[in-house]
Amino acid sequence: MVRSRWRWKWLFLRRLTQVGILGLFLLGPMAGIWIVKGNLSSNLVLDLLPLTDPFLLLQTTVSGHLPETTALLGTAIVVTFYLLVGGRAFCGWVCPVNIVTDAAAWLREMLGLRPRARPSRTTRYWLLGTLLIMTALTGITVWEWVNPVSMLHRGLIFGFGFAWVVLLAVFLFDLLVAQRGWCSHLCPMGATYSLLGAGSIIRVRADDRARCDDCMECFRVCPEPQVIQPALKGTGDGPGPVITGMNCTNCGRCIDVCDQIVFHFGTRFHNKMEASS
Amino acid sequence: MTACGAALFGGGVTLYATNASAMPAQALRPPGVLDEETFLGACVRCGLCVRDCPYDTLDLARVGEPVAVGTPYFIARQVACEMCEDIPCVKACPTGALDPELTDIDDARMGLAVLIDQETCLNFLGLRCDVCYQICPLIGEAITLELDHNDRTGVHARFLHTVNSETCTGCGKCEAACVLDVAAIKVLPITLAKGQLGRHYRLGWEEQEKAGKPLLENIIDLPDRMPAGGGLQ
Ligand code: SF4
Ligand code: SF4
Repeated sequence: MVRSRWRWKWLFLRRLTQVGILGLFLLGPMAGIWIVKGNLSSNLVLDLLPLTDPFLLLQTTVSGHLPETTALLGTAIVVTFYLLVGGRAFCGWVCPVNIVTDAAAWLREMLGLRPRARPSRTTRYWLLGTLLIMTALTGITVWEWVNPVSMLHRGLIFGFGFAWVVLLAVFLFDLLVAQRGWCSHLCPMGATYSLLGAGSIIRVRADDRARCDDCMECFRVCPEPQVIQPALKGTGDGPGPVITGMNCTNCGRCIDVCDQIVFHFGTRFHNKMEASS
Repeated sequence: MTACGAALFGGGVTLYATNASAMPAQALRPPGVLDEETFLGACVRCGLCVRDCPYDTLDLARVGEPVAVGTPYFIARQVACEMCEDIPCVKACPTGALDPELTDIDDARMGLAVLIDQETCLNFLGLRCDVCYQICPLIGEAITLELDHNDRTGVHARFLHTVNSETCTGCGKCEAACVLDVAAIKVLPITLAKGQLGRHYRLGWEEQEKAGKPLLENIIDLPDRMPAGGGLQ
């Protein structure tokens, strides 16, 4: 049942969202229209709704300072939202660094580069742990001196200085050193969001996995291909069709590229196979 | 191996961060700022304080600027703090890195003015400039003029600025207004500007006043010897 169809829908929507959100942030300083104030670390929407990044709040709390209610409330809202739409949906749909690392991945494919280093995908959790310990010991939020995510976003909105050096480093790292090196192996911010992903509701499902013809396209485009395997290849009493891996970014690229239309967005419930296997 | 790598990387970042967290003398923090070390843990670098400052006093530090990256600061000589009565910057802060208990802007301690160069200050040269004294929002309190004999002319007085640390908020208006090419009065972070007595030091005269009587019983108060011709008192 091979169909030809537009293979860019979710990628397009995702870029639109990323750029749109950035645009909302830029509208204030550039046009004086203040829909959102602040940056991704913490902001205020329509002078009413506070939003605070959970990883930032975590760092601040661990440093020994209990934040005010506004920041706590802001984090609660953000956490609830991502528990609904998927933890690392932040990475796929909001984070500006994703555009940088996707660009690196694209260029790497174009040039046919084969980076050698294969850091473990658990590195991010070790890094997250190390940073929290260091933050507790020093009392300062050490990661914020280099965090490419806040650097890029803040840079775009408040001015860069030399912050582009950090972004260039991330780009080159992904291009030359390790495939999908930053977002899929190192970023502690993504690691924090992935913890939410362990229980989040909206998931990609492979309900029609019986149709899979092993073209491997989804594995090629997925930034975290290890999450596809169980959902796609599970049979009988094995893993169900829901991609439950907490590092899935809900980017939907697999849905786009699959000619057999195996994948679609759904919820994490009803994860038992009946009919189709 | 993975854990070691992560620990090394994390350690490197920490070294860099702790190294780079020194504040330069001329950068000041917004009103209500917690002490620098707590602040560097508490501030999430969102810039909401910057956005709500109606005078564009504040800015977030960029990489390459000497203040901890992403944190809010101002440079007094460029735009001083106008000491808004409703303190919008503090109200905007979601984390409390700017202390919400600060409700009276006169209690802010953003820094401390110091008349740092007596050789170029016009008042110290015996002229009457007084600009910093006049512009101070707490005129007559934060900066007072102390009379002194002008040895050069022999007949005039010098009006010497003295900054009082109990009242100076560190808003920076004096530094911004100083008429010299380079300000003779500068607002410094308090840690730079202030000394501190030994913690066990007590000032005898203050203690005596508190006690309302001599601190040691039975001290015979001998007459003080005055300079030549003064006799005994
Ligand atoms: S008190 Fe007013 S002028 Fe001063 S930093 Fe805050 S908002 Fe700006
Ligand atoms: S509003 Fe508070 S947390 Fe945000 S940059 Fe200013 S001081 Fe830091």
